[in-house]
Amino acid sequence: MAAFWHDPNVRMVFWALVKILVILQAMLGVVSYMIYAERKIAGHMQARVGPNRVGPLGLFQPIADVAKLFFKEEFIPDGANKVIFHIAPMLAVIPALIVFSVVPFGPQDALRVTDLNVGLLLFLAMSSIGVYAIVLGGWSSNNKYALLGGLRSSAQMISYELPMGLSCIPVILLAGSLSLVEIVRMQEHWWFVATPFGLLAFAIFMITALAETNRAPFDLPEAEAELVAGFHTEYSSMKFGLFFLGEFANVISISCIAVTLFLGGWNGPWLPDAFKFVWFFLKLAALLFFFIWVRWTYPRLRYDQLMNLGWKVLLPLALANVLVTAIVVWWRAQG
Amino acid sequence: MMPFTMPSLIAVDWWALGAVIALSVGAMLLLVLEFVPAPPASNRGAFVTLLALLAAAGSVLEVRDARRSLFDGMFLHDGFTVFFTVLFCVIGAVAVLQSWDYVKRTRINHGEYYALLLSSTLGMVLMAASNDLITIFLGLELMSLALYVLVGFRRTRLDSSEAAMKYFLLGAFASGFLLYGIALLYGATGTTNLAKVAMFLADSPMIGNPMLIVGGLLLLVGFGFKVAAVPFHMWTPDAYEGAPTTVTGYMSAGAKAAGFAALLRVLLVAFPPLMSEWRPILSWIAALTMTVGNVTALLQTNVKRMLAYSSIAHAGYLLVAVVAGGLDGGSAALFYLAVYSFMNLGAFGVLALLGRGAEERVTIKDLAGLGFRSPMLGLAMTVFMLSLGGVPPTSGFMGKVYLFSVAVKAGLIPLVIVGVLNSVVSVFYYLRVTVAMYMQEPGAEPVEIAWAPSAAIAVVITLALTLWWGVQAQDLLTTAQRSILGLL
Amino acid sequence: MTLALFAAFAALLVGCSLMVILHRNPVASALFLVLAFCSLAGLYLLLHAEFVAMVQVIVYAGAIMVLFLFVIMYLNLRHDVEQGIAVAVRRGAGWILGILLLAETVAFFKGRWAEGPVSAPDLAPVAGNTQAIGQVLYTRYLFPFEITSVLLLVAMVGAVVIAKGRGPGLHPAAPAADAAADAKAAAPDHAGGEA
Repeated sequence: MAAFWHDPNVRMVFWALVKILVILQAMLGVVSYMIYAERKIAGHMQARVGPNRVGPLGLFQPIADVAKLFFKEEFIPDGANKVIFHIAPMLAVIPALIVFSVVPFGPQDALRVTDLNVGLLLFLAMSSIGVYAIVLGGWSSNNKYALLGGLRSSAQMISYELPMGLSCIPVILLAGSLSLVEIVRMQEHWWFVATPFGLLAFAIFMITALAETNRAPFDLPEAEAELVAGFHTEYSSMKFGLFFLGEFANVISISCIAVTLFLGGWNGPWLPDAFKFVWFFLKLAALLFFFIWVRWTYPRLRYDQLMNLGWKVLLPLALANVLVTAIVVWWRAQG
Repeated sequence: MMPFTMPSLIAVDWWALGAVIALSVGAMLLLVLEFVPAPPASNRGAFVTLLALLAAAGSVLEVRDARRSLFDGMFLHDGFTVFFTVLFCVIGAVAVLQSWDYVKRTRINHGEYYALLLSSTLGMVLMAASNDLITIFLGLELMSLALYVLVGFRRTRLDSSEAAMKYFLLGAFASGFLLYGIALLYGATGTTNLAKVAMFLADSPMIGNPMLIVGGLLLLVGFGFKVAAVPFHMWTPDAYEGAPTTVTGYMSAGAKAAGFAALLRVLLVAFPPLMSEWRPILSWIAALTMTVGNVTALLQTNVKRMLAYSSIAHAGYLLVAVVAGGLDGGSAALFYLAVYSFMNLGAFGVLALLGRGAEERVTIKDLAGLGFRSPMLGLAMTVFMLSLGGVPPTSGFMGKVYLFSVAVKAGLIPLVIVGVLNSVVSVFYYLRVTVAMYMQEPGAEPVEIAWAPSAAIAVVITLALTLWWGVQAQDLLTTAQRSILGLL
Repeated sequence: MTLALFAAFAALLVGCSLMVILHRNPVASALFLVLAFCSLAGLYLLLHAEFVAMVQVIVYAGAIMVLFLFVIMYLNLRHDVEQGIAVAVRRGAGWILGILLLAETVAFFKGRWAEGPVSAPDLAPVAGNTQAIGQVLYTRYLFPFEITSVLLLVAMVGAVVIAKGRGPGLHPAAPAADAAADAKAAAPDHAGGEA
């Protein structure tokens, strides 16, 4: 047994599993409290109080919500494609959670699952897989509103994936690496958001992030006024809960990436190395607030406006930005 | 900042690469020009295309005697490349002259037409000049993609869309075969460079390696599709019939020549060691192709369809030359390709003149009485038909004589017998067109002839070349022999 | 460990590929294709080609297949409705020919397996495989790379030409009746052509 334990491979796998478990739980906690925060902030923005009955200040509200979802009746419509109907909600959550495996929360090895040398690409890959949840959920429900939501979302997410990927490229050019840890290290003295092209890239990234997570003002796939909740019209109980969870997990993972790419990750003044991760979470909280703030401020875009913005504004801007950054990097390398 | 090494510009002979540059720049220029509105009768696109083709041909002719290996031997500039680049540019130019008025008449005069024409010419040039399976594949795809769209360019017509669809689906399938073959060859030899493949095979006990043979067979399937050899010919009649007539002429000449150029380079450069494997296969394909093409052509009443089957039959003759192999076989193939391209282009050029507006009058009945109503056109069509049938004193005759004599020398007597029998059969359906033109009364509504100066020039050029090479073949023959020399 | 993973991914890949062609529901087929792409990415990972693996997922699974699904859903191809004796015969013939081909291939490959190719030339050592790909792409494979860009441009232009609506620049179509008449006129000839 002892020999088994001393095998470095076994230990590596063991510690990786522990870290995965911890980060997963922590992130799920953040998700549930983000839902609470959203309701609270929305309430204050609309001059209401928000949830305040369950526990002090309504702090136990998320637990009550989850319990409610668990005990609701689960309903599967006639003519639905059962298998895909079951898979879709899982696909909503899993890719978002996988992204956390490459996010460096702090400078120490213990604060990240792994440092993949193509970490940024893993994020892009997972966000492109995330489309399937909505498309399949919408299709398998055998409901025209759901189908329309699914079709809209596939068009929307494909359109916004391009500018999102392109807005990451200036960062790659500046850092010279696809590893997220390396990217954070390169920002030790100067965050990328504080360079002109970095700022533009950050702006594009955040706009596309709103679209990729189907948050207002880009929440056309679920536009409740026209599509009766869109792709998840037919979902109920915990399956609906998974979609809900997936959306918030996506928001958080994409914010983590934004912090890492543009806002210097764990870098910040004053704190000793051991507590650098606090900076990370402060920045993350700021971005999450931004997401909520936007949602309760802007009206939903029309479909043609959405497509125009993506293809005619963001994509050319992001391309031009890549070009300018490349020239600057080349010029600096020339010395 | 990470260590950053600047890639240095690769030393390139720009003249040798001139054709590629001229054609791609021309295509992009045409697309950009679309931003500037032009009247529907504008000749802008045709002008730019002609200029680009001229520049491309001029640039390779500037260094025609040089031998260059560019990009690590991926792009070879040798006699073979020069021959085919000039051939493709002239084919393209003739097609532009034919299209000049045709696209306006049939209301498909968009900038993309010429841009796609140029891109597919670029693809053909790449196929001929590539010495690497990767670039051959890319060239083939470039040519094919542009052609798929050109075939379906008359979007308002059902048959055009159907043709494009069939051509695209089968073509994509064939590309898959080709790519799979390339992958297997790479797996077996560790390289995609043709010269290195040959070197690897020369001193290797791997000749019998199944991976190699399967890869080679798949490669043959892919090329067989592009040159429309039986049994990979199914797409040809539909695609030829549905495409705008000028496009049909262009693809029947250009795509076939490009397919054979690539096939010749692959077989003669990389696979001489495997000759005993591919020779019998190609012999059977050649015999089948000639027979099926000619016999089916007998049954056609639509001249475009008939010419489609005739082009299949001609692929069969060309395959005989390929099977013969070596200096003689190669030069016979080159000679025949040049000759075939212009007589076929000429025939389609005449067909493109028939009809008013967008209507298409290309059945044998429509041709009735044409010889008297328009003696010049009738004469030209007669010459093209006789040449396709291999009747002296036309270039088709010289081509066949040379091709079959080479095959006899190579000991392919059975193939030559099949070929000659087929030639005899083919004369029957080619003459049917002539008979209709001179010996039948035109129908109730005689077909209108849409003369235009540019189209007339195209007919004159193709007619002149067909007759000239029929009596003075020596120049072309020596050029073909010199061109193939670099390969061996 | 690597061997076990390879076997798992390879089995998954083959199984999914089979399901792509065997499943009757086109949406399910498309999904199996996605899974096949993902297992292929897994195989790339085992070869330490992380960049290719991720790009495989992003491009094929994430972009191309979503558009596939989009089209399938738009056309609402729920089930394969081909039926009848002709189809059954064709399908049976397909199976028989396929099995024959498989047997032939197995017999062909048996015993005379490859002796292994020449080793690929060593590349200059660089930091990671992403950089290595970049270096090779912009030096040795510059030419095919540029040709590919022209190829993609042509594909894009072609798609636009085929798909764009009848805008003001386009001229009125030949009447539909005309096209139908053409098709009818061509029909007997088609029959002749198949002979």
